[in-house]
Amino acid sequence: MSKKYDAGVKEYRDTYWTPDYVPLDTDLLACFKCTGQEGVPKEEVAAAVAAESSTGTWSTVWSELLTDLDFYKGRCYRIEDVPGDKESFYAFIAYPLDLFEEGSITNVLTSLVGNVFGFKALRHLRLEDIRFPMAFIKSCYGPPNGIQVERDRMNKYGRPLLGCTIKPKLGLSGKNYGRVVYECLRGGLDFTKDDENINSQPFQRWQNRFEFVAEAIKLSEQETGERKGHYLNVTANTPEEMYERAEFAKELGMPIVMHDFITGGFTANTGLSKWCRKNGMLLHIHRAMHAVIDRHPKHGIHFRVLAKCLRLSGGDQLHTGTVVGKLEGDRQTTLGYIDQLRESFVPEDRSRGNFFDQDWGSMPGVFAVASGGIHVWHMPALVAIFGDDSVLQFGGGTHGHPWGSAAGAAANRVALEACVKARNAGREIEKESRDILMEAAKHSPELAIALETWKEIKFEFDTVDKLDVQN
Amino acid sequence: MPFQSTVGDYQTVATLETFGFLPPMTQDEIYDQIAYIIAQGWSPLVEHVHPSNSMATYWSYWKLPFFGEKDLNVVVSELEACHRAYPDHHVRIVGYDAYTQSQGSCFVVFEGR
Repeated sequence: MSKKYDAGVKEYRDTYWTPDYVPLDTDLLACFKCTGQEGVPKEEVAAAVAAESSTGTWSTVWSELLTDLDFYKGRCYRIEDVPGDKESFYAFIAYPLDLFEEGSITNVLTSLVGNVFGFKALRHLRLEDIRFPMAFIKSCYGPPNGIQVERDRMNKYGRPLLGCTIKPKLGLSGKNYGRVVYECLRGGLDFTKDDENINSQPFQRWQNRFEFVAEAIKLSEQETGERKGHYLNVTANTPEEMYERAEFAKELGMPIVMHDFITGGFTANTGLSKWCRKNGMLLHIHRAMHAVIDRHPKHGIHFRVLAKCLRLSGGDQLHTGTVVGKLEGDRQTTLGYIDQLRESFVPEDRSRGNFFDQDWGSMPGVFAVASGGIHVWHMPALVAIFGDDSVLQFGGGTHGHPWGSAAGAAANRVALEACVKARNAGREIEKESRDILMEAAKHSPELAIALETWKEIKFEFDTVDKLDVQN
Repeated sequence: MPFQSTVGDYQTVATLETFGFLPPMTQDEIYDQIAYIIAQGWSPLVEHVHPSNSMATYWSYWKLPFFGEKDLNVVVSELEACHRAYPDHHVRIVGYDAYTQSQGSCFVVFEGR
């Protein structure tokens, strides 16, 4: 049906507010929390978001009649109140699949969270969730290996993995850095990790670090009889440099490399992930800069969206916060997005912040990494919250042990295994946490000292970004 | 005054992965863990290896995985039979999860010498 060209400015809602629309299985669905400028009707704000994140421009243009825009436009099909909040509302928008390039998270985000976030009619805008259609998911590579393959490679079963970041995070020479790695691994950790700030600075160039770390890993494997790894950070100034570092890690026979997916960018991340699958390398993902984007309750992108995007772009482990440690994150929300990382189907559940049913099909799962301000006293809660498919990382909680990093590592390993054993035996490990740890400490002086050292340390601040529920 | 250090010396220990840092389990504690494997719906599996080869991916199966076995006593007697047949080998119990094709649980019950 042909239309006539009618120059001028139409209200967005005439075209993009379609409450009768029934979303297709192939549509990409998004939920935005919108806070409009005063006096602008909700439908107009929501339609503007749909328009500006898809086909719309502020003015009618003649060239849109050259195509069938009804086929390509995003549509706002539902508006909902935000519980306990009068000024904001949720807008649900459906985007046709053909708006996006296959397998490109970069393209999806450029559309959905592009110009629209600066739109003047909005005071705040937050992307709360995306439902990726199966057709799009099958076009993405996803994790290079996934949880099962990583367990098989590292020979770790029936428990969370244990890691720690090397500290001080900056300023150690390559040889000293390798020493700290060796101490942690001989003490019983499965992994150590480059701090995200460590790339290739004057005090420690990357080749030098990689070589000493490789020696530490091989030696600790020989001495302990267990498989070990260190996340060698290959995040770099250019993709070419990133691949050069990854190639060297492979040459040294290392099992895992690391990337910062937000500062490095989704294009770099997806490329590195493909390289990892091709080269049999595990990929650890850090999330520096995420809190800039995801912490404000009314503006930005919720971390569950970033986590979903990472699973599609590729990574075998992703930092998710700890719930109990020094960094932000409430329990239900965290459980909601670690499901998105690990499960093959996640049902809609507003009490966990998941706005849509999400079917992941055959896409492998990603280990949830809990890291930041945690110590042995947190162990029972961490095992209860995160379950076995997680990596628990204690930085200060390892190196801060009075006997040094090896003893700190052993204390954490004993505590972890005691919690897993107690859980399997049917005990309620969060309620009985004190008894379980004290019993384990009878056989481990390292744990006894760790328990004494950190007995008073708590991080009890209220969460800034909470789930939207009626008070 | 002579220097007195409060720092202890941590000695590296050779361990056999999960539960390697806990003291040997009592019989009841081992039964609890096997009961957990059965309750999860996993198939019990007994594997053994000579200690000189403990880092290998593949340990020898004892017979075959006990697919669908729900009887704790059967699993315990198979573990003991394997230990009797290979007294110098490490013997481990695995909770094999066919859904994930992974091991939901895995730990050494008898350590070889």
